[in-house]
Amino acid sequence: MVLYVLKRIGGAVVVLWAIVTITFFLMHAIPGGPFTQEKKLPPAVLATVEARYHLNDPLAEQYADYLKHAAVLDLGPSYKYPGKTVNAIIKETFPVSAQLGAISLFLAIGAGLIAGMLAAWRKNSWVDYTMMIGATLGVSVPSFIIAAILIQLFAFTWPVLPAAMWKGPAYMIMPALALAAHPTAFIMRLTRSSILDVLAQDYIKTAKSRGVGTTALLCRHALRNALLPVVSYIGPLAAALLTGSFIVESIFSIPGLGRHFVTSIYNRDYTVILGITIFYSFLIIFMNLIIDMIYPLLDPRISLKKDKGV
Amino acid sequence: MTERDFEPIAIGDIESIYVPPQTLRQRGWQQMKQNRLAIAGIVIVTIMTLLAVVGPWLCPYTYAEQNLADANAYPSAAHWFGTDSLGRDLFVRVLYGARISLSIGLVASLINVCIGMVYGGIAGLAGGKTDRFMMHIVDILYAIPMLLYVILLMVVFKPGLVNIYIALGIAYWLNMARIVRGQILSLKEQDYVLAARSCGTSSWHILTRHMLPNCVGPIIVTLTLSIPDAIFTEAFLSFIGLGVSAPMASWGVLTSEGISSMRSFPFQLIFPAVALCITMLGFMFLGDGLRDALDPQNQKEGSR
Repeated sequence: MVLYVLKRIGGAVVVLWAIVTITFFLMHAIPGGPFTQEKKLPPAVLATVEARYHLNDPLAEQYADYLKHAAVLDLGPSYKYPGKTVNAIIKETFPVSAQLGAISLFLAIGAGLIAGMLAAWRKNSWVDYTMMIGATLGVSVPSFIIAAILIQLFAFTWPVLPAAMWKGPAYMIMPALALAAHPTAFIMRLTRSSILDVLAQDYIKTAKSRGVGTTALLCRHALRNALLPVVSYIGPLAAALLTGSFIVESIFSIPGLGRHFVTSIYNRDYTVILGITIFYSFLIIFMNLIIDMIYPLLDPRISLKKDKGV
Repeated sequence: MTERDFEPIAIGDIESIYVPPQTLRQRGWQQMKQNRLAIAGIVIVTIMTLLAVVGPWLCPYTYAEQNLADANAYPSAAHWFGTDSLGRDLFVRVLYGARISLSIGLVASLINVCIGMVYGGIAGLAGGKTDRFMMHIVDILYAIPMLLYVILLMVVFKPGLVNIYIALGIAYWLNMARIVRGQILSLKEQDYVLAARSCGTSSWHILTRHMLPNCVGPIIVTLTLSIPDAIFTEAFLSFIGLGVSAPMASWGVLTSEGISSMRSFPFQLIFPAVALCITMLGFMFLGDGLRDALDPQNQKEGSR
């Protein structure tokens, strides 16, 4: 067990190193430096600025430098906002994104599980059909369209919710809904099919014949096994929430990291793009690691000693 | 089953219970025909493809033609879907957007299939150490959030149609490689491959005549389901300003332009959004139907 965890952490470090390397060289493959603008800087100023950010050093040296700083979690300065570091930007904006992400995560898992269980329990009834239609729509409508519809409905047609900004609970409802729609639909479909699979198994028949009630049957016996595919989806789900947050935060002008990432893409603020990419990758890899650790707690049949796959 | 199934048949009447043998493809088609959603998917995808191919030629306008005097016009007989803020006809732009979006979906997915098939095929056929090494690389790449790298690639490449093909094509082949490799590995162990080998059939013949045809089902299913993913990703890229360059327009570009003018001219969002969503639905129905029909794992369980 300990060996397995150590091995996985070692693997994660290798992946992170690969990520830092790929992103670093991708960013440096861009023709023109970060200070090449339409309005040309005087050569003397350009030289000073480039010297300040060590852009005149050989590439290998810059890479070693970046790696050294990244190892101690220092992601460097922003080029477009002088005096601000990427770390400061992340520290300032990430809590907002994390809050929004956590709300959406719980919303998606809760609503998705309940809806999926209902649909499976009442298979081929109107409940099932309504849920499935909703889920299909949720999967096929992009989140920015859902956000647009929500704003139109609840901020303008019936002005009950604020259309933008981030100042309190009421401001969180629409963004969380828009962000959670896609994953909720996905989890619902996943739960429905896995509960249907479980319900067809012999041990459910045994439980039924022992006189176990419907609620207990669904919640105690079926749900635990049906949870496995859902848990393995949480990794990709976290990634989906992150990328969804780029759009949702931009539309609702929420001062989170996602919106900042999009702005830095517009501004071509390379160090910030690089830093946030690395930060997000780190977050997702960390999530996946934790989920793989949780897995055997849910299903004793899976042991960590054996290598998965292959 | 009915009572009739248990009646003894007359000797010599053996033909009355004879069912002609069916190939996998025929059986798949039989199943597809019964699946109404899958048929709806086929119809939607076919219509959209036809509109995308011929539509723009049939319109009196072009996608880039500006007419500022007629800007932001509501839908009318002259402009079926109205016009945008530069007075461009929205109907032809939606049709043209279909061309761009569908081509992105198709080309990106085909690149994925090619890379995935070669990579997975080599790993599966080689087996042993080579296989383990190649799949280890796939596992490592799997941990990387690919969308971020598509974004990075687009920042590096500069936005544009060909660059979107490339960025999406080289980012999402991992799944395909895993599927092909798994398929080849399990096929290698099949008795009929052994039989073919013992008859002295060449490896090349076994690969092309026996193994690849058996991989086609899962590959087609994955391909169909990856097309809407690619269209979605492109819409996302367009939204954050990394899509195709103006005056070209994909559905992603049109919807994000529509969102900015949603308050005053809602039709500018509604038409491209509906086209996008219907197409996504079509591909998903088609993909699910194909999976039910072609996936051998489903066949064992029988129709549910």
